[in-house]
Amino acid sequence: MTQWIEVAALDDIPRLGARVIKTRTLDIAVFRTASDQVFALKDECPHRKGPLSQGIVHDNTVTCPLHNWKIDLASGEARAPDHGCTRTYPVKVENGRVYLGTLQQETAAA
Amino acid sequence: MQRERLVLIGNGMAGMRTIEELLKLAPEMYDITVFGAEPHPNYNRIMLSPVLAGEKTIDDIVLNGRDWYGENGIALRTGDPVTRIDRVARKVVTASGAEQPYDRLLIATGSTPFIIPVPGHDKEGVIGFRDIADVETMLTTAKQYRKAVVIGGGLLGLEAANGLMKNGMDVTVVHLLDSLMERQLDKPAAALLKASLEARGLRFLMEAQTAEITGDERARGVRFTDGGTVEADLVVMAVGIRSNIALAQAAGIHCERGILVSDTMQTFDPRVYAVGECVQHRGTCYGLVAPLFEQAKVAANHLAHHGIARYEGSVTSTKLKVTGIDLFSAGAINEGQGDETLVLQDPGAGIYKKLVLRDNRIKGAVMYGDTLDGSWYFQLLREGTDISALRRTILFGQHDLGDAGHGDATRIAALGPEAEICGCNGVCKGEIVDAIVKKGLFTLEEVRAHTKASSSCGSCTGLVESILASTVGEGYSAAPSKKPMCGCTEFSHDEVIAGIREHRLKTMDAVRQFFEWKTADGCASCRPAINYYLMANWPGEYQDDAQSRFINERAHGNIQKDGTFSVVPRMFGGLCTPSDLRAIADACEKYQVPEMKVTGGQRIDLFGVKKEDLPAIWKDLSDAGLVSGHAYGKALRTVKTCAGANWCRFGTQDSTGLGVKLEQMTWGSWMPHKFKLAVSGCPRNCAEATIKDFGVVCVDSGYELHVGGNGGIKVRITDLLCKVETEEQVLEYCAAFIQKYREEARYLERTAPWVERVGLQSIKDAIFDETQRKTLAERFLYSQQFAQIDPWKARAEGADAHEFHKIEIKAA
Repeated sequence: MTQWIEVAALDDIPRLGARVIKTRTLDIAVFRTASDQVFALKDECPHRKGPLSQGIVHDNTVTCPLHNWKIDLASGEARAPDHGCTRTYPVKVENGRVYLGTLQQETAAA
Repeated sequence: MQRERLVLIGNGMAGMRTIEELLKLAPEMYDITVFGAEPHPNYNRIMLSPVLAGEKTIDDIVLNGRDWYGENGIALRTGDPVTRIDRVARKVVTASGAEQPYDRLLIATGSTPFIIPVPGHDKEGVIGFRDIADVETMLTTAKQYRKAVVIGGGLLGLEAANGLMKNGMDVTVVHLLDSLMERQLDKPAAALLKASLEARGLRFLMEAQTAEITGDERARGVRFTDGGTVEADLVVMAVGIRSNIALAQAAGIHCERGILVSDTMQTFDPRVYAVGECVQHRGTCYGLVAPLFEQAKVAANHLAHHGIARYEGSVTSTKLKVTGIDLFSAGAINEGQGDETLVLQDPGAGIYKKLVLRDNRIKGAVMYGDTLDGSWYFQLLREGTDISALRRTILFGQHDLGDAGHGDATRIAALGPEAEICGCNGVCKGEIVDAIVKKGLFTLEEVRAHTKASSSCGSCTGLVESILASTVGEGYSAAPSKKPMCGCTEFSHDEVIAGIREHRLKTMDAVRQFFEWKTADGCASCRPAINYYLMANWPGEYQDDAQSRFINERAHGNIQKDGTFSVVPRMFGGLCTPSDLRAIADACEKYQVPEMKVTGGQRIDLFGVKKEDLPAIWKDLSDAGLVSGHAYGKALRTVKTCAGANWCRFGTQDSTGLGVKLEQMTWGSWMPHKFKLAVSGCPRNCAEATIKDFGVVCVDSGYELHVGGNGGIKVRITDLLCKVETEEQVLEYCAAFIQKYREEARYLERTAPWVERVGLQSIKDAIFDETQRKTLAERFLYSQQFAQIDPWKARAEGADAHEFHKIEIKAA
């Protein structure tokens, strides 16, 4: 079961930008696209762990600031010819508020 | 929805390249059927010479195996050639009578070797040199017979002759003229080539016109018009090619020497496209692979309904694929009236280089023995660069200006697979070769994408190119004549810059709309560039877009590999006071900065600052009067100075004082790339001003101004711009030079390559003209009003707070 936690207002995240959500165990990057879609990824590039939250957001992609890998925001997959995948997290927007979802068993595992 | 049907006639390099480009753009748009006359899948024709020479196998040169066609849903029909195009019913008909309807047709029928119609030309043992079947014939013949004659001493003829000789045959090359490869080489270079090939065992009959192939069923010899004869069991005719236009002509498509196409690669029937050696574009038929690939890209763009690319013709260059012979030729090789030539001859070392110049611009290049700089000359030729400032050194090559110690390209073929090529990304030669072969890469951009080699600092680009050349042949293709800004557009940097100015485009959206960007938001490559162009062109009007800036410029610090940032306060001219140092020391202790370092530009770097601490540390520094050093930006970095006349017994002028004035005038300005200045107090040049973007060397009688230097990847010594007499002049010339660079250079182009691309003369012309100089300087000073706002102070006071703060939540 997904548990939703309110993390920010949509307007706290710049369009074509990201904010970092710091949990007890890790950093999660929450991205906002030009069309106000919101995505959440572990803030770590599958290549050399670059902070994806610091990258440039374009369409549904973020370009990692360290070595320019392009990561799909919806799937977390690196765009070919690069190979790799970053964890995605459920995220939703309701009434201008952004909610991050965590799975119960993972909370327990962490 | 029913997909459109695309039929390709010709399973060769040009046609299949078009299909590959099309699949990248619109993989789902068409049902594709490919007809190939040869029984093989698509292969790299330009590598037939190495196959003949025994350096490669046929498997090595296959580009797309049969399974590739299947995987991509393409129907491949080999061995049943198309015999008729029915344009009214929009279908093609094959030899066996099969029919295939089309919505769009792509003709890529290539060319055929011209067989001289002398008596006996149809005997067994008389062939051209075009396809795998020809190579197979040559290889079988070489096992049974000894004597071969190659008619034609051009590029293809010599490659065939070399290959046959390597297969143990006794080879004579027959050439109609008195000089080999007369279309690519001048006489001195041709003589060197001939001597070298003779030393390897080839024989030549020059100025010999073939009259007859003698023999019975099979060729036994060649007789010439002067009565002379030579024995031959095999006669290879390599005297030129003819475009295969019969099919198109029979269908009523307008042809001359080739199938006529427009700049969109369309024939007179707009449903019918044509690419490759079968076409004639603006009066020219191309027989080299680089132009074919450019055509393929354009044709694919239109087939995919993007409809914006244009093919405007190609300038070509040539290399001979004979191992151990280095030969390069481009453009006009013989001087016309009013042309000048620069020549370097070292017969002992077997080196010959010639450049043909017109009005100080390269019109042609011929190189033998040392071809390392061929691609540089070719670039200068295509860019039309005024090389007057380089005349005295240009023949010694670009590497004479220094490189990162990689050495010359000729050694690359000898390197083992474990040799490291790209020092930045740790990519070895073996990995690059593997990627090229297995993934069928042809261009530098593709190798960069797949291997990362040459994708960081770029100093190994030459090495990677030569690995490409030795792995796929000349097909690696020199950079295209027009390079699009990025994958989002077909337009180049120069076109976008001009468009922004001419059409007064003032927002990112306006630019993308005007140039019909393929992506909604642009990408990490074009957004920062356009953001810069708008800022440079519309100071005070354009609102800087933080989300289009690379993180360093957005966060006003350099991101380090662990995600922390470094902080470098500005010290004007390198001068500092005890209280400056105390403030820096206090800040370091307060924020537990793990490491401090003095930089090459005479500033102090604080490493390892957490992003969330940045506004606070900036506040402390700002309160002490320190401002951002912009050490993170494509911006004015530092003005490095020496002690100067105030203290130094050799100093001729106040170099530190002038350095401070220069930095006060220029700090905060955004540039196409980073920009460094230096002022030395005397010609001993302790501030190393002659490897800076703008360097001042003080002398007793005034100030020498030097431009376009670089101490980085490729060390480049500055060019002397001029000498001036007063500090006021130094400031004005500096402002004018910077502004010209800001307005003209492409984003991420340092002054060194910019000066080499546009030519020092064009910069001098602008700066020495008093009106131009003064208006350039005025425009720079005007834009500085908006740029000289300390970003640190602003953020210490709360600007962009969201950039620096993480949102903490309690969950795991």
